[in-house]
Amino acid sequence: MSTRRLAADRFQPESFAFTPENTAWIDTQVAKFPEGRQASAVIPLLWRAQEQEGWVSRPAIEEIARILDMPSIRVLEVATFYFMFQLEPTGEHAHIQVCGTTPCMLCGAESLVAVCKRIIGPMHAVSEDGKLSWEEVECLGACANAPMAQIDSWVKGGFHSDYYEDLDEEGFEKIVEAFRAGEYPMPGSQKGRFASEPLDGQTALTSDHVENHNAAVAHAIAEGAA
Amino acid sequence: MSSFNFLKDEDRIFTNLYGQRDRSLKGVKARGHWDGTADILSKGRDWIVQEMKDSGLRGRGGAGFPTGLKWSFMPKESDGRPHYLVVNADESEPGTCKDREIMRHDPHTLIEGCLIASFAMGAHAAYIYIRGEYVREREALQQAIDEAYEDGLIGKDASGSGWDFDCYLSHGAGAYICGEETALIESLEGKKGMPRLKPPFPANVGLYGCPSTVNNVESIAVVPTILRRGAAWFAGFGRERNAGTKVFAISGHVNKPCVVEEAMSIPFQDLIDRHCGGFRGGYGRMKAVIPGGSSVPCLTNEQAKDVLMDFDALSSLKSGLGTAAVIVMDDSTDIIKAIWRLSKFYKHESCGQCTPCREGTGWMMRVMDRLVEGRAAVEEIDMLLEVTKQVEGHTICALGDAAAWPIQGLIRNFRGEIEERIRALDTGRVTAAVAAE
Repeated sequence: MSTRRLAADRFQPESFAFTPENTAWIDTQVAKFPEGRQASAVIPLLWRAQEQEGWVSRPAIEEIARILDMPSIRVLEVATFYFMFQLEPTGEHAHIQVCGTTPCMLCGAESLVAVCKRIIGPMHAVSEDGKLSWEEVECLGACANAPMAQIDSWVKGGFHSDYYEDLDEEGFEKIVEAFRAGEYPMPGSQKGRFASEPLDGQTALTSDHVENHNAAVAHAIAEGAA
Repeated sequence: MSSFNFLKDEDRIFTNLYGQRDRSLKGVKARGHWDGTADILSKGRDWIVQEMKDSGLRGRGGAGFPTGLKWSFMPKESDGRPHYLVVNADESEPGTCKDREIMRHDPHTLIEGCLIASFAMGAHAAYIYIRGEYVREREALQQAIDEAYEDGLIGKDASGSGWDFDCYLSHGAGAYICGEETALIESLEGKKGMPRLKPPFPANVGLYGCPSTVNNVESIAVVPTILRRGAAWFAGFGRERNAGTKVFAISGHVNKPCVVEEAMSIPFQDLIDRHCGGFRGGYGRMKAVIPGGSSVPCLTNEQAKDVLMDFDALSSLKSGLGTAAVIVMDDSTDIIKAIWRLSKFYKHESCGQCTPCREGTGWMMRVMDRLVEGRAAVEEIDMLLEVTKQVEGHTICALGDAAAWPIQGLIRNFRGEIEERIRALDTGRVTAAVAAE
């Protein structure tokens, strides 16, 4: 286990409020659960706060506690337990999460970590220009497309979260620099695979191909990836 | 040439695993999904559960517990509390990336399976709990759920069956432990994902204190096709007690890593040669194989090269099929470091509730830190093994076991290499000391 704490006071904003769109969205989440079980929506709400602000601040935790009628200590407990919640500010354009667990490590994840250290800086610290931050994370569940990284980004007027797969050092560096420049590079396999089929010479489901992109990439394109 | 009867496309349950075929609901139906769902439900709960038992389907989430039997543990009649189906889509076991493909590319198999399984257990609602990192998969699955509602396939009088059924998608936020069924339930209730003591089992006291069954994505997604084509059809693949087709995920040092649905009990080399373009550099260079996700012990070249990929064959080698996530390593691999990285993973993911796991995972990782460098005494290998035994079986959930087994596998199969590294460093020390004189 790891000990995770909220950011120091100097980082904490005065207040937090969900945007009107997000406020409307909250009702659709709470409606999924039986009456009186609105606490079930706490993880989705914390995640939405992070999408909105880039990280989870103390005022955000308190506001979510108020909305869901929970003691704020319970929300704090959840925010510090789950690793995807960033408790410190992240890069303005992108937060890069390199998978470092064994299947990715076997395929070269350490060289991706080296790229991050070289062109962004120390893990969890925001780069000098304020645009990027990074961390090494545990298995992201895309092992047949190793090595890979998940990149959460705030570019092209919105939030995106994508898997960049089948990476090599050079291509990865270009992707990271593209995010620094405010671009939104195409996610998915960087080796030209459609999804997780074997590269060149598919062995199953070989007929009736009509889609242009896999489902994950198609969603990214709809949000402006190019 | 291999004599193995490879799975043909017409026998694949996941007809769009790679997402290249028409993903619209029209395309999905054209491939035979959502066909006669109401007829299946009209055969009744008992028939469905019996058919699932007869199919021989064993849970695809790692433990391999018979799915039909698990369903039969749910109360036959409601005592007033609602019943729930909870789908474990928290795929986080290192090496495992199969449910991801189902959810983003063949999501209707899962949704139809949720309806049938829920009906069979008297549940009017299913919750699918997907790992937080699968953002795009969540969007694809939600889109499919919305399509199914719009088309009347689920919702009130689902598929015209007379059964009301709601399917809800929720998510986690990066905690491996939430793949444990009771931790998942806790998380779904909006709490930290800390496993519950059993008993009571979820079938009696699960989500919101109500009877619940937690099943893996693949276990549920195969249900509609099994019931349409018959238990005997499914049981016709694989050896006795190891029935069915299975989605394998192969990563590491093969020429072409991939995810593929194959028949159970496929020989290891056939799986690699047919679908992965063979082993990188030939089988002579194969060092080790983790056959079922990070928590099962690794196999040596000797053990792996002729093994059948199923539950019984792998457990007879003191390993396991787990999630059928095959991690393959060639002789350029530092096997001690590969296993050390898993120790780091388990240390990171321990929820901290049980002392043997909270302290033990850190302890094991720190010893592994030193073994990677050879900075240890040979006696410490046995001490480490002893610690793994003290963690194993002494915790509420299986994370402690999962942290112990990879190390046990390493010591069992590669002890010589660990000792060699320690001795190499010792010799280095001696040489350095001599040089200093």
